[in-house]
Parts: sequence; structure tokens; C-alpha cells
Amino acid sequence: MKTLEAHRRRATGAWEELQQNRRPLLYVGAASCGLAAGAAEVIEAIEHHLAQRQRSADLLRVGCIGPCYLEPLVDIQMPGRPRISYSNMTPELVPDLLDSFLEKGEVHRRHLLGHFGPNGCDGVPRFHDHPMLAHQVRFVLRNCGIIDPENVDHYLARDGFVAFEKCLASSWKDVLETIKNSGLRGRGGAGFPTWRKWLVCRETESDARYLICNADEGDPGAFMNRSLIEGDPFAVLEGMLIAAYTIGATRGFVYIRAEYPLAIERLRSAITRMRELGLLGDRILDSDFGFDIKIKEGAGAFVCGEETALIASIEGKRGMPRTRPPFPAVEGLWGKPTIINNVETLGSLANIIRNGAEWFTRIGTETSKGTKTFSLVGKVRRTGLIEVPLGTTLRTVIYDIGGGLAKDFKAVQTGGPSGGCLGEEFLDTPIDYEALAAAGSIMGSGGLIVLDQHTCIVDTAKYFLNFTQAESCGKCVPCRVGTRHLVAILERIAQGKGEIADLARLERLARAIKGGSLCGLGQTAPNPVLTALKYFRSEFLAHIVEKRCPAAVCRDLVVYRIRKEKCTGCQRCVQVCPTGAITGPRSEPHNLDLAKCIKCRSCYEVCRFDAIAGDAIVIESGA
Amino acid sequence: MSNHPLPVVDEEARGDPADLIPALQRIQATDGYLSPDSVRRLSRRLRISENEIHGVATFFAQFRFTPPGRHTIKVCLGTACHVKGGEQILDVVRRRLEVEPGGTTADREYQLERVACLGCCALAPVLSIDAKIHSQTSVLKVQELLAKREARENA
Repeated sequence: MKTLEAHRRRATGAWEELQQNRRPLLYVGAASCGLAAGAAEVIEAIEHHLAQRQRSADLLRVGCIGPCYLEPLVDIQMPGRPRISYSNMTPELVPDLLDSFLEKGEVHRRHLLGHFGPNGCDGVPRFHDHPMLAHQVRFVLRNCGIIDPENVDHYLARDGFVAFEKCLASSWKDVLETIKNSGLRGRGGAGFPTWRKWLVCRETESDARYLICNADEGDPGAFMNRSLIEGDPFAVLEGMLIAAYTIGATRGFVYIRAEYPLAIERLRSAITRMRELGLLGDRILDSDFGFDIKIKEGAGAFVCGEETALIASIEGKRGMPRTRPPFPAVEGLWGKPTIINNVETLGSLANIIRNGAEWFTRIGTETSKGTKTFSLVGKVRRTGLIEVPLGTTLRTVIYDIGGGLAKDFKAVQTGGPSGGCLGEEFLDTPIDYEALAAAGSIMGSGGLIVLDQHTCIVDTAKYFLNFTQAESCGKCVPCRVGTRHLVAILERIAQGKGEIADLARLERLARAIKGGSLCGLGQTAPNPVLTALKYFRSEFLAHIVEKRCPAAVCRDLVVYRIRKEKCTGCQRCVQVCPTGAITGPRSEPHNLDLAKCIKCRSCYEVCRFDAIAGDAIVIESGA
Repeated sequence: MSNHPLPVVDEEARGDPADLIPALQRIQATDGYLSPDSVRRLSRRLRISENEIHGVATFFAQFRFTPPGRHTIKVCLGTACHVKGGEQILDVVRRRLEVEPGGTTADREYQLERVACLGCCALAPVLSIDAKIHSQTSVLKVQELLAKREARENA
């Protein structure tokens, strides 16, 4: 059998040479989030400046290292010095940064974030001591932000494909045993033990078996899978090789959202590299194992995250779920045994094989082993992509990693449209599959949306139900019609037209939908309403009884008001008001005509960011 | 348009239903939408009825059946964007360009879409104009952005 050992040695040599660089080495976080924050313009400025100064340097476009709120991130590593990280870079800041290092040989101080590695460096703090990173462990994301995701040599140098080669040299039963002992559970949300699903598939007699990587990250507010694929596509694909070898699959698919063009590009490039290396195709590394991977772009349907709907969509049909059993592991794609694993599940496999099952079980809780990635977003100070050991409390995640909120905490939403809002009393709940389910929410794929006092719970529940109602495939009545009625009732309440009996209606309907729906979408769709009613009932009552939205969000229940005593009459709001609702001479308190106000928020924003007073316009609800 | 070749179908599609969605995706990538004519021709090529093709295509959010505008504005209404005021961002685009989500402006310059998530949640609220994602935006920033584009067009 062929091995990659010689290639890996060469790659490792080159990687070490790059690290003990003779030339300056620059890293720019160029995942989708970095690019959205302006990384492309920063790269352009770097290249321009280097050309102007006639300096040469190596530049790596790396994946997301996590603290998205600090993007764009630029790191610079001078010969003999550790890698030093800078935040919130702009093209205008680039010349000073580069000149400081390249011309003056000094550590630049502005926008300084920290340095990598264990040793101190000119009084620069350690990057990994940054409060957002200090509580994290990066196993699944170990290469994100470190390597060039399109360079297979970088992946090889970081023990890439060691795990797969180890599998290839052992029997599928041994691999399955390792995964079983590791306690790995599906990271897509439901948490089914990975090995058990695999075993069913392997033991089903068939002439063909398929493996599907589910990268249809449809949960709004979650981007972990996108980041992993963009930052380390080979890790996911190596996981696919390991899974395919274990279950005996010969063909694999990555089902990925069309909304993720960069991730798709990275996968394509990685698959091409792997073919060149003989890691895909017939007789992989001259063994008897053959496997190939095709990319299938999802066409935009949340329900296709459901296994049988996803399969229907790959087969070219409407993405509608069917009854189970038979489960896809027995009868899936084109009627053959099929395993569908989430991106993160697959991304965990190589680590487990390389380090051993016992290593994996040391992290996490009794029933939930290992780490989990989350997208920490919403009203939290430090937003981004994080990875923590399972069992970490919500409080640690929100306050220590996320830095807390600017306003008072209200709730954290886990599990997206299938999950729920958990209030303050759950902050010390450890994040694991069972604890979140017991609270009425779910782990889900990893979206954590933090809500503050200015987020309305009724509005949030309405938002999720609008989403699931639109995404319901329409096959079964409880989901198709039921979600529509849930939305109608919630809308009524949000408009101040609800009645007390609506709360019982919501609960009855929610239970009927949960019990009567065919697939996971319908069975979990009412969760946001049920948790909202259970933990935040008073907020519903405020809307119904007092006709008041305590968070001042629900549009029909709020008014915009100018505080005469604060208004300096600077006229900024008059200029931005699209309907001419605000009038008044300069230097005198302005008038707001409520009949003309469309509540577009322009005046509120301009007063906060651009006007003299800063807080003369308020959004209020009720008397 | 009616004699536009179907680049996709000629090479790859051989009557396998699994090729339908990729074929539709490639037609839309070339033409910008699925015209009645391209659906008719695809139907013949794949031996799948037009009805069935419409059934599949209308199921998925990606496909459109009217010509797109020159530029596509996607306003993200993922959860993070929603709690940070995404609805109001959508409103301002809607009002300013006089276009409803799913529609195209009268001059065909812009097409407006509301999307579930662009995956940049940490930088919410976001919207994209063609391939460029604008992050941490606000009602005012969007107004400025659109005004600047308008000024450029009129220049």
C-alpha cells in the first residue's frame, strides 16, 4: 500500500521553513465573515504597500479564527518573532502597520490584539489569553485561521490524513469500535450516537452504500459549518473518507447551501487536490477501498436539513420528507443504505482517530463527549465562532467568552427554529444534549443568539414561526396549517389585539403540531412558542392585557417621541425623516407628527450617532 | 433569448432525474432565471414533464421565473439580523427603491430578495449587493449606500 509519509515529510519541512521564516509572513482572515468586514480591501492595500516599498513577504489567506467582531484580522510574523495579531484593520491602517515592522523593526502598537505561542514578546499579551479565547478549546477548528485552506501541504504538515491512513491499515470494525468508545454523537442537533447509525448501515446487505455530508446549514443565525469548511475543508473530507471506509460506502455527496459560494469553492479545490494525491477514486492509496465525492448544491429549502427530504432533493425531487422507518441507514439514497452526517461530526473524526477514543472522552460530560462549536451572536459584546467543551455553562459562554451584554440579559436562544429561548434561570445550565432538552430547547447545530431587554419575546417567537411556516414543505396538515395559525395568533398578540384565551390556543395547537407532524421540522417548530410561553408568559400578558410591548419592539404598540427637554434642534432628524413627520426650526425642540410617522427608525439612529443631543428621540410602548 | 443554447444540458443531462436540479441551477446561472422556453427545452432533453420540472423548481427558494434585475440586493433576515433590526433595513430598501421582496425595480436595475441567512451573523445586520456583503449596517448606512449608488448611476 502507498503511504503519504514521504509527501507529509516534505510538506512538514516546508511548513516549518515557512514558520521559521526568513521573510515576513502575513496572515489575513479571509473567510466569508472576514471578507464581509473588508478583508479583500485590506489584502489589496497590503499588496499595494509591499509593492510600493519593494518589500517581499508571504501572505496567507486563512480561515476564521473566531472573534468575528474584530474582523478584519491581520497577523504579522517577522523572522525570529512570534505571530502577532491585529484587529479591525482597514486599508488606511495598513501602511503604518507594515512600516512599523518592515521599515522600523518595531512592534506596532495600535489595534494590537496579541501574539501566538508560549513565550512573551515585547510586552505584547498572548493572543490566546484574550478573554474570548481563554475559555475555548480548538479541536475541530484547530486549523481554522492557521493554515491556507486551499493548500493540502499545510494540512498534511498538521498531521493531515494520518487518521485516515491509520483507518486504512485497520479493519472497519476497529474504527467503529474507536468511534463507539469515544461516545461521539451527531453534531447536527439531535445527538444520535454516530457509531450506532453507522453499524446499521454497514450491516444492511446491499450492493452499494452512500455517505452524505450535510452542509445545508439552514438554521438562520448559525454559521459554524460554513466556517469549518472555509477554514479547513480537508478535515471534513478526511472525515468523509473515514466514515465511508467504516460503513463501506463507495460514493459520497456534500450537500451544501448555494448561499455559501466560498465554501463550495474551497470544497471543489480540496477535492481536486485529493484526487491528485490518490485520496479519492478507485483503489485509494493502492488499497481495495474506492470512494469518490460529488458536491450537490442545495437550492434553498430549510426542510432539506431533514434526512429524507435531503435525499429526495439529491434524487431530483421536491425536498419533502417521507415516513421513517425505513431509516436512511437501511433504505436511503436511491433505495440504498445511506449515512448522513453533519459537517462537524465528520470534522471531529480525524481528531478522534489520531488521538484515541479515550482522549475524546476526557472532554465533556457524562453523556455528551467532546467539544462543540457555536456561533455566538446577537446582543452579546464579543460575537464570533467559538468551540467549547460540552458541559460548559451558558454563563461562561455568554459572559466570559462573549463578554456579556451592553444592556440587561433577557434570554439565550439555542437550537434555532427548533429550539427555544432560555432565561436567566438557565445561565448555569451546562450545555449538553440532555440538559438543553430538559429545559424545553435543543442543542441544535450550534446557533446561540443572545437577547437583551430590547428584544421582544413575542416578536422572537413570531419570527421563528414565520420562518418555519414559510419553510414547511406542506406535506402534512398539522405543520402546514398549524404553523399558519400559530403565526396568525402571534401576529394578533403583537398587534395588541390578542386575548387571554389565545395563550391556551397557542399551547393546544403547539402540542397538536408537535405530536402530529411527520418530520423534525414540524415536530420541533412549536418549541420557540412553547418555551416563550413557559418562561416569559408575563411578556405575552403585557401585550394582551396592557397592550404594551415591554421591549418596545412590536411596531403596532410603540410610538416615537421627541424629548423636548433633550432636543437641541440640530435638524439632523428632520433631514433623514422620509415622510416629513419631523418639523421644527433650527435650535428649537422639534415636533414629531405621529400621523405621518412610519416608525422607520432613521431619526432614532441619527440622533444616537450623528446628532448633538444623542438621546432626544425615544421609542416607547404604552403609557 | 429563445435560441439561447442550453449549455448545461447538452453535455451532462442524460435523462437522470438527479441531474434536474443541477441543470436548473446552471440555466439560472447563465440566463438569470428559468424562462418558459428553457423549461420546455429542458423537459424534452431530460424527458421529465414541464409540470414536474415546475413542481420541483417552485419548491426551492433559489429559482426564479422572471428576469432578474441588473443587481441583486439580498437583505439578511436570519435570527441575528432580525434581533438587530433587519426588518427595518428591509423596509428602507423597499421604500427607497420602490420594490417588494422577490420583485425587480421598474428600471430593472435592482432585484430585492429577503434571505434567511448569509452566514455572517457575528456582523449583523448585513445585506449584500451582488457579491459584496455589507456588514454591521443600519437604516442610515443603507440609505447612504443607496444614495451613493444612485448618484454614481446618474453621473
